[in-house]
Amino acid sequence: MDLLNAIITLTNFVIVPAIAYGSQLALGALGVTLIYGILRFSNFAHGDTMAFGTMVTILFTWLFQSWGISLGVFPTALLALPFGIAGCALFVLLTDRAVYRFYREQKAKPVILVIVSMGVMFIMNGVVRFIIGPDDHAFGDGERFIISARTFRALTGLEEGLAIRTSTGITVITAVIVVALLFWFLNKTRTGKSMRAYSDNEDLALLSGINPEKVVMVTWIIVAALATVAGTLYGLDKSFKAFTYFQLLLPIFASAIVGGLGSPVGAIAGGFVIAFSEVTITYAWKKVLVYALPDGMGPDGLVQLLSTDYKFAVSFIILLVVLLFRPTGLFKGKSV
Amino acid sequence: MIKVDNVVKTFGGFRAVDGASLDIKKGTITGLIGPNGAGKTTLFNVIAGVLSPTSGTVTMLGDDITGLPPHALFHKGLLRTFQIAHEFGSMTCRENLMMVPGNQSGENLWNTWFGRKRIADEERALRAKADEVLEFLTIDHLAEQKASQISGGQKKLLELGRTMMVDAKIVFLDEVGAGVNRTLLNTIGDAIIKLNKERGYTFVVIEHDMDFIGRLCDPVICMAEGKVLAKGTLAEIKANEQVIEAYLGTGLKNKDKVGA
Repeated sequence: MDLLNAIITLTNFVIVPAIAYGSQLALGALGVTLIYGILRFSNFAHGDTMAFGTMVTILFTWLFQSWGISLGVFPTALLALPFGIAGCALFVLLTDRAVYRFYREQKAKPVILVIVSMGVMFIMNGVVRFIIGPDDHAFGDGERFIISARTFRALTGLEEGLAIRTSTGITVITAVIVVALLFWFLNKTRTGKSMRAYSDNEDLALLSGINPEKVVMVTWIIVAALATVAGTLYGLDKSFKAFTYFQLLLPIFASAIVGGLGSPVGAIAGGFVIAFSEVTITYAWKKVLVYALPDGMGPDGLVQLLSTDYKFAVSFIILLVVLLFRPTGLFKGKSV
Repeated sequence: MIKVDNVVKTFGGFRAVDGASLDIKKGTITGLIGPNGAGKTTLFNVIAGVLSPTSGTVTMLGDDITGLPPHALFHKGLLRTFQIAHEFGSMTCRENLMMVPGNQSGENLWNTWFGRKRIADEERALRAKADEVLEFLTIDHLAEQKASQISGGQKKLLELGRTMMVDAKIVFLDEVGAGVNRTLLNTIGDAIIKLNKERGYTFVVIEHDMDFIGRLCDPVICMAEGKVLAKGTLAEIKANEQVIEAYLGTGLKNKDKVGA
């Protein structure tokens, strides 16, 4: 029995990856939840909005790399991120002008807007693949690890190593900063308050002199920023592939719904719930158990509840359970 | 002040407002009465820009305002309240009032980051004004309460307060008295009269409570089946045969009891 090694193994393979993945999901879910709360529809194009923003960021990263600009130990992508956000915001605003505004003026029902967003999703998906191709792209550079497994072992003398990658660290720090900024924005600034007012009661907001087009525009810009940050962090952590981002839609929606659609706090909580469930259920617990249990009692099998190929099933099941038993989610969002 | 000319609003085949025309004079408190489904609220919605009319025009002080969106009308000084009180539930009463004048400089993404001082000055002025309004309405003790937690009548007062945050020219009140007890209704009535006298607001009030109408309104307009049936003082309206048939009820032989 060796509890210390068990904890290190658990941290290395479960807790650290789940926190990183959870932060990415939370940022994605915040975008979905804002659109739902303020524009009142489920935006199916969100995964592809993330892909588009990330693609612009990657293109700028490549440009900077070709110019020889870098951020030293940090990935160049961080420098390209503002440009990615601007590009994504521009694209999303054009989409709104060309597509969504028409339906808003018709006062279309949310379900129609959902279908419309699916159309937008297919187009964005095509645009991204057309520009950057359907292949995998790794665009992270700079220092790979904050602590590598070997350094950790040398430092502590333990058998097991704990590796913390730079991308993980950046993900968590960026997510904290972005979330703090978003909450400050929504709660303390006048623009944020008009957004909340519009979300609370659209009719009354109009009759209080709040210009809806302005609120919608600001919402899209914020959503584009969130999507680009989430997508870039995910891409740095793993790699960029247009199709993967499309698939992210399911865990992101699961996060937003588990937390309660329309509730920003819920989106964050939901992101971590989904990430931790996915990682713990698809992790092979053998190593941890062998360390944690008394000698000789360790299991022979892998103790992996579900193969990683089925990881989306986890979000799907959580989604179903929540919709059946608590449709407003953990934080009392609007019911779906 | 407001001239409604031959407004028609149809929903599918149903003519909710069927050629209504009326003229609201500056500085009056006009009462709008009529049976349920007479098209009073629909007419309100058309005037306030929530619905655009199928045909007909609405002019305000000579400007054509037909079909302008609500937030644009708001900036022209045309305000309304709702039959069922609306509020921003997640905000305090004070914040609800402070939301009111749109187009504040804090609504600009640039100013949010780079115009902090200007926003702070504006907010301070707004806050003082909101507190003044809350005191005027005798609900200053509710300033920090979430608007979703206050009572229905207090919500109605809050709605009235919203109109006081700007220099309104004309205010449309949709059943301010619905579901409000007598004492509170009197407070609301006092506030309306005071606003009318001291600040020169013009009011149009939809109401079913004849005492309330009698105390506040002159003239009174009666609508039925989407049309304007009659206009005059409450006494004249009560004596009008058509009105009795459509609204006050033919069942009551004794006309003195009507509206009691």
